[in-house]
Amino acid sequence: MAEFRLPPNSRFKDVPGRQYKAPPGATSVRTFRIYRWDPDSGDKPRVDSFEVDLRRCGPMVLDALIKIKNEVDSTLTFRRSCREGICGSCAMNIDGVNTLACIKAIEDVKGELRIFPLPHLPVIKDLVPDLTNFYAQYASIKPWLQTRTPAPPDRERLQSPEDQEKIDRPSACILCACCSTSCPSYWWNGDRYLGPAALLAAYRWIVDTRDEATGERLDDLEDPFRLYRCHTIMNCTEACPKDLNPARAIAEIKKLMAERQY
Amino acid sequence: MNLRSPLGYVLGHGSAREGVHHWWHLRTTSAALAVLGVWFLFAVLTLPDLGRAAVVAWLARPLNAVLMVLFVWTAVWHSALGVQVVVEDYVRTKGPRVLVLVLVRFIHVLIGAAALVSVLKLALGGKA
Repeated sequence: MAEFRLPPNSRFKDVPGRQYKAPPGATSVRTFRIYRWDPDSGDKPRVDSFEVDLRRCGPMVLDALIKIKNEVDSTLTFRRSCREGICGSCAMNIDGVNTLACIKAIEDVKGELRIFPLPHLPVIKDLVPDLTNFYAQYASIKPWLQTRTPAPPDRERLQSPEDQEKIDRPSACILCACCSTSCPSYWWNGDRYLGPAALLAAYRWIVDTRDEATGERLDDLEDPFRLYRCHTIMNCTEACPKDLNPARAIAEIKKLMAERQY
Repeated sequence: MNLRSPLGYVLGHGSAREGVHHWWHLRTTSAALAVLGVWFLFAVLTLPDLGRAAVVAWLARPLNAVLMVLFVWTAVWHSALGVQVVVEDYVRTKGPRVLVLVLVRFIHVLIGAAALVSVLKLALGGKA
């Protein structure tokens, strides 16, 4: 059956987490409850509580995580890079929603902030999930221009502004995996269902008027699991921190499949 | 130990080249059921009573019998397609999944055949 519960060695509810109090004199304290797991310790995961003085911290969740790592517990592990929502590294589950820690304001969350890794992926350490399968799925859709017509010798392949607009939004995907890991179909069948991120990328190349492999791309997607596990749940669109619409892209691919069949 | 590359694992056996028919039939049967369902509800609510004589008299009219056969046939077909999706979603182990899929299909054929015979028997004046 599909995995509805965490494996026994991944459950953290019965494991007491560590408590880190705010420094004396702190006036604006918020508690961050953060998932912790160290593969080298052999211990089960736990949820640690860190009290942070917001008067001495930047406004975003990533600012608080960096402050905790710098000043409280240097073993806290998470990915981060650009801190402005363009690299997708700091994707995690904050307050029950997949998003980017760098563009999620602390003040947008009421009460304690619960921070977990992206759901239903193997955890490497703390907030770092294993995205190997996710990246392999992206590679499988051949995310590059495929043509048979040789490129003009004196200029680039031309595209009208209207045609460029079709790929404008899908191209803005940063592969943070917030969408795919919010999708129940991806949770249950992530090994065979490509997921919203890979399908959005596939759509980006299917509608690219310079690409000449549209038929082959559709052939490769026509599969009960690769494409048709999408049941239009829409969690992907809800979760996307870049306000993209993977659900619509998947629906468009299904329409193209039907158009060429009927 | 599995040393297959992640990409090789994802590519697997390749695309099944199937899925659009299932998707299309699921949606067309939904549309048909929306119309037939309203007709069925309206017909049942406007029957003088739900006794056997009233139902047999109603089904004896050819248009009602045809629509009723279509309603039952479409409902069973739609259900078979939908339950198949649920099984594929939640039964992950290959052997049991195939077994359950076959079982579910057989059950739907059985229900469909029984429902069609029942409707036809009543419509054609049989005395069950």
